[in-house]
Order: sequence, then structure tokens, then C-alpha cells
Amino acid sequence: MERFATFALVAGILFFAFGTFWQAVAPWLTLRGIPMKSMDEVAREVPPEFYMLANQYPEEFKKYFGEPNERSFKEALELGKKVYIAEACWHCHTQQVRPVSNEEFRFGRVSYPSEYANAMQLPQLLGTRRVGPDLMRESGRHSNDWHMAHFKNPPAVTPGSVMPSYPWFFDEKGRPNKKGLAMVAYMQWLGSWERKPMYALKGGE
Amino acid sequence: MERDDLVYRPLVIAHIIAALVYFGLVLLGGLAYSLQFLGKYPFPGIEFLSPGRVRMLHTNGAVYGFITNGFVAGLYWAVPRLTGYKVLNERLLGWFMFWALQAAVVATAVGLLAGFAQAVEWGETPIFVDPFVVVWLLLALVQFATPIYRHGKERSLYASNWYFIAGLIWIPMVYIMGNYFPQFFVPGIAGAAITGTWIHDAVGLYVTPIGWGLMYYFVPLLLRKPIWSHALSLLGFWGLAFFYPLQGVHHYLWSPIPMYAQYAAVFSTLALELAVVTVIVNFFMTLRGSGEVLKQSIPLRWMMIGIVNYAITCLQCAIQVLLTTQKVIHFTDWVVGHAHLIMFGVFGFWILGFFSYLWPRLMGREVYSRALDEWAFWLITIGVETMWVDLISGGLVQGFTWWGLNPWMDSVRFSIPFWFVRTITGLMIIAGFILYVYNIYMTSRKETAVAFQPQEA
Ligand code: HEC
Ligand code: HEM
Repeated sequence: MERFATFALVAGILFFAFGTFWQAVAPWLTLRGIPMKSMDEVAREVPPEFYMLANQYPEEFKKYFGEPNERSFKEALELGKKVYIAEACWHCHTQQVRPVSNEEFRFGRVSYPSEYANAMQLPQLLGTRRVGPDLMRESGRHSNDWHMAHFKNPPAVTPGSVMPSYPWFFDEKGRPNKKGLAMVAYMQWLGSWERKPMYALKGGE
Repeated sequence: MERDDLVYRPLVIAHIIAALVYFGLVLLGGLAYSLQFLGKYPFPGIEFLSPGRVRMLHTNGAVYGFITNGFVAGLYWAVPRLTGYKVLNERLLGWFMFWALQAAVVATAVGLLAGFAQAVEWGETPIFVDPFVVVWLLLALVQFATPIYRHGKERSLYASNWYFIAGLIWIPMVYIMGNYFPQFFVPGIAGAAITGTWIHDAVGLYVTPIGWGLMYYFVPLLLRKPIWSHALSLLGFWGLAFFYPLQGVHHYLWSPIPMYAQYAAVFSTLALELAVVTVIVNFFMTLRGSGEVLKQSIPLRWMMIGIVNYAITCLQCAIQVLLTTQKVIHFTDWVVGHAHLIMFGVFGFWILGFFSYLWPRLMGREVYSRALDEWAFWLITIGVETMWVDLISGGLVQGFTWWGLNPWMDSVRFSIPFWFVRTITGLMIIAGFILYVYNIYMTSRKETAVAFQPQEA
């Protein structure tokens, strides 16, 4: 009996190991060759909207982030991701465009592995539920002001929207606070790498 | 020793009460979040009660608060009676584990509301709570594996014990994998593969084996006859052990995860149907000839409806996992309907079933009101079944609206009637829950004690 029990235990662990290998370790090995970008590398490509934010909300931007540059962009992205997780935006929005169901017509280019190989996807935010639209190609789809108004009161911008309002992204005067600025920066970053030509705007580079 | 003396009752009672308290909170959280979809969220503009945070409270409360406490209550009753040995230690380890579990659940709830969620579905438990959960899981393993091990040295194990042992060994490994690797080491797509494996293993290698194990104990006990086929139950066990860990990626079909992992997930999900069928057949063949009992015994009815729901969910699963179906239903309310039927309609029902069987025995009192029990049963059952039909229909509408490239808001607007029905069914479930708890409370308050026959296990 004891022999059989030991055998069964070992078999159970082996099954588990096999399943885990095929479903979790093998994809990891397959994708291992894609270089992983750190936060510093991610923040090196600042989308133009971040500079616009500094123009549109100069006082607030100065107070919370100082100058619009790679360093402050990194800070904004980190905070934006933190809030995105804390508010469970990822339970209503996905970050993956599938190759089916006409999604490339609605959202843009189908997602590919290398755009996830960075510290902003640690932990990954692909999502499994879509109440609102996918956000993987959000950058540039709406203006900064649109996002601000939307976070303050979504149904006022999109009648009938069921997205919650986020008044704590704003101060008493209704101007964005650090969280508000960071969220918009994050939204304008998502998918910005798919619209590279716009970067010409960035200080004539 | 009498089998009855092996069970340390205060712990069973404490875990039942804790499970019901969290169950109530889970229902209220679900209701509140469902009101967000109707534009009537009850706490707008309050940061701590932001709808997204309440959603995570809802799902985590369901697994860690309600289901885990319920399972532990069941284990404290079933394991000693099945094995003839007491658990490792009741008064110290038992109570310590009880309070540690409640502390972990409360810390999770506070952490989620305060904005420290971890972006791992079903593992939103804040990162600083995770190590304690792992320690707790290891304690649970030694607590319940000890009697099973002692028993196993003398006799061959009954199917339930196989399930318990396996579930308790798997879950700490799975928990560590799911909560740490995607968070710290593995970004993006490979991280998603690991997360998917974790989401599915949490259901398949923890909730499912413990739930099945408990049913293999309680259903024959209530029917007073042995399980139809022991061989079939072991076949089911090995089917589960082999195919379940292979399915994780089916939560991310059509994502950029390598296709071989996706195909394997689809294949093994279909193969798992075989294991599931063994369980369903086994229970129905055990029931055969004793259908009458269903009329009298409400606990048995909860369990059998749970098994019917199990059959439905698994059939649904075989359909929804196909890559073709996924094009439409992925990301929609269809999946939410599926999740409620399996987590609540199956495991929740099983738990409510053995609670209502155990409670009179724990209290030594007759059930307070049969009528209340009937009402609770039918309100919750009709509520959950309607919610399921409603959400999978809503999911299809959403999926086809997206595919048809309608403006996004169409999919929201077309869903409103479905979301409205969901809230109504939620109210029905809450009404049933109130009756259920009231009945339990009044049962414990009854004056006259009755002696129950110590049941043979
Ligand atoms: C209850 C579900 C829900 C939650 C939670 C939620 N959203 Fe939304 N979101 C929606 C819906 C529905 C829409 C579409 C209607 C609209 O424009 O408001 C939307 C739209 C959006 C849009 C516009 C997308 C586009 O391309 O038009 C953005 C950006 C957005 N949400 C960001 C967020 C962020 C950031 C969070 C977290 C702070 C969040 N959402 C939380 C449901 C949600
Ligand atoms: C009053 C009854 C309930 C109501 C109104 C309710 C409502 C909800 C809502 C609105 C969601 C979010 C769906 C979405 O993101 O679109 C949800 C998710 C979920 N609920 Fe409930 N719920 C109820 C009871 C329960 C119970 C009792 C359980 C488990 C025992 C449960 C388990 C879940 C799970 C697992 C999810 C996640 C689904 C997914 O991500 O696919 N719910 N619920």
C-alpha cells in the first residue's frame, strides 16, 4: 500500500510538472529571446502628448512632475500603472488586440509578443473582460482634455457610459492631481510605439 | 473511539459562521458592482469603495473568504470521520489557523480597498499578504494530511482522501507560481501564460479536488449507501490530475501566447470532459433508486443540483473552449455567467448543502423551519440559473455586436436589459441567503435538544 501511495504521489507531482511545463515554462522559453525593456528604456520614448500635458496643465505639472522629460515620464508611467491596477481598470479593459472578430479594424494592429516584453507588463495586463474598449492602441485616439473630462465623469463625455467616475484624480479646483496626470500619460503611452512617425513632433528630433 | 468524538466541533462551527459572514459580504459586493452597470452605484465618488476595488473584493471574498472557510469546515468534519484519526492538532493549530485565515482575508480586503491590489486575476491578494497565505496552506497540509497518512498506512484510501491530499499538496505550489512569477520575474506574454495556468489551477487543483472529495464523502452518507463505483472515482481522480494542469492558457486563447500552448489547452480541456463525466455518472448512479430522498432532504438537494450545474458548466466549457466559439464569447459576460455557475452554482451549493446538513447536528437541534429552507433553496437556485442564462445570452449579444463593428456604446446599451436582470437575480439570491442564515440562527436558538444518530461514515 505504502508503495502505491508513494508511486501515486510521485505521479501526481510529475503530471503537475508536465502540465506546468507545457503551459507556463515552455512559452517562457520560447519567448526568452525577446529582450526585456526596463522602465528606463521604456520611458526613453516620450509620446508628444506628455509634452502637451505640461503645456495644458503647467502649474499642476510643474508641482507634481517638474519638467516633461524621460525621468518624469518614467515616474508618471509607474504611478499610472499602479493606479490602473489598484482601480481594477484591467477588469473592464483589455490590453490585447486579437486576430479575430474584426478587432484589427476596430482597434488597430494585432498584438505581438515583443510589445509586452517590458517592465510595464510586469505583471502583465492583458485582461480577461471587456466592458469598455481595448486600450492596447489607445495612444493618440483621444486628446488629453478628453481623457480628463472622461475620468471626471464618463457619462458626460460618452452618454450612457457605465465607466465609474474618478473624482480623486482631481484636486478641489477640479484640476488634475498627480494621479490624474499620470493616468493620462499612461493612456497616451499605451500603443504609442505603433505610431512612431508622430515622434517628429518631439522637439524637432 | 466513537467516530463522533473524533470531530472537534467548535472549529467546524467557527468556520461555518465565518464562511457565511463572508458569503453575505460577497453578495453585497456583487450587488453593488452590478448596480454600477445600471448607473446606480451606491457609493459614487468614494475612493475606498471605488467599483473596481469592490469587484476584486467580490471575487477574492468568494474564494478565500466563503469557499475556503466552507471547505475547511467540511474537512474538519469529514477527514477525522473518514480516517478514524483526529487532525494533527485542534486546540492550538486549529484555532491558530482559524484566526490566521480570517486575518488574511481581512488584510486582503483592506489591502484591496486601500489600493494595494496585485494585478493577477484571482491573486489580487496584496503582495505582502501572499507569504502568509503560503504558510497557512502548508499548515493546512500538515493538519489534514496527518490523519490521512496514518489511515493510509493501515488501509487503502477512499477516493475523498486522494482528492484532499492532492488538492492540499498542489495548492501551495500553484499559489507560489501564480503570485510570484508574473509579478517579479516573467513579464508580458510568458507571464500571461503563467497567470492563466494559475487561474485555472486555483480552480482545478484546489477548489475542484477538495469539492469533489467532500461530495464523495457527503453524497453517499446522505443517501446511506456506498458510492456506485469506486474504480470510476479513482479514474476521475487521475483524469483530473493529468488534464487539469494542462489547461491554463485557455484563459488567453487568440492572445500572442505561442499556439502550441493554446492548442494543448484546448485539447486537454476537451479531454477533461471524460474525467468530469465519470464524476457525474458516479453520483447519478449512486442516486439511482433513491430519488425519493431528494424530496425530504434539502442538503442532498443542494448537492444534487450542484452536480446538475456541474454537468451544465462542463458541457458549456466544452463548447466555449473551441477556438471558433472564443472569437465571439471571449471577454464577454458569457464568461462571467460561466464563472458564477461553477463557483456559486456548484461549489457554493455544495457548501450550502453540507452546512445545512451539519448545522442541526452540530447544534443538536432540529431544523427551525422546513419552509424557510425550501424558500431559501428555491430562491437561490432559480436566481443562479436565471443569472446564468441571462449572462450567457448577454455575452452573445456583446460578442456579436463587437464582431459586427457597431459603435462600442451599442454593446453597452444592448447589455442593459441583461445587466438589469442580473441585478434582480442578485436580489433574489440575497433574499434566499437571508432566509438561509435566519433559519440557521433560529435553529441554534431552539430550546429542545435532540440526539442525532451518530452516523457511520
Ligand atoms: C465598470 C467598468 C469600467 C471600469 C472599472 C473602467 N472603465 Fe474605462 N470604459 C468603460 C466603458 C464602458 C467605456 C466605453 C464608454 C466610454 O467611453 O466611457 C470605457 C472607456 C474608456 C476609455 C476610452 C476608450 C476609447 O478608446 O474610447 C478609456 C481611456 C478608459 N475607459 C480608461 C479607463 C481607466 C484608466 C480606468 C481605471 C481608472 C477605467 N477605464 C475603468 C468601462 C470601465
Ligand atoms: C448577489 C449575487 C451576485 C451578484 C449580483 C454578482 C455580481 C457580479 C458582477 C457584477 C461581477 C463582475 C462581472 C464583470 O466584470 O462583468 C461578478 C464577478 C464574479 N463573481 Fe459574482 N455576483 C454574485 C454572487 C457571486 C457568488 C456567490 C460567487 C462565488 C461563490 C461569485 C463569483 C464571481 C466570480 C468568480 C466573478 C469573476 C468572473 C470573471 O472574471 O469571469 N459571485 N459578480
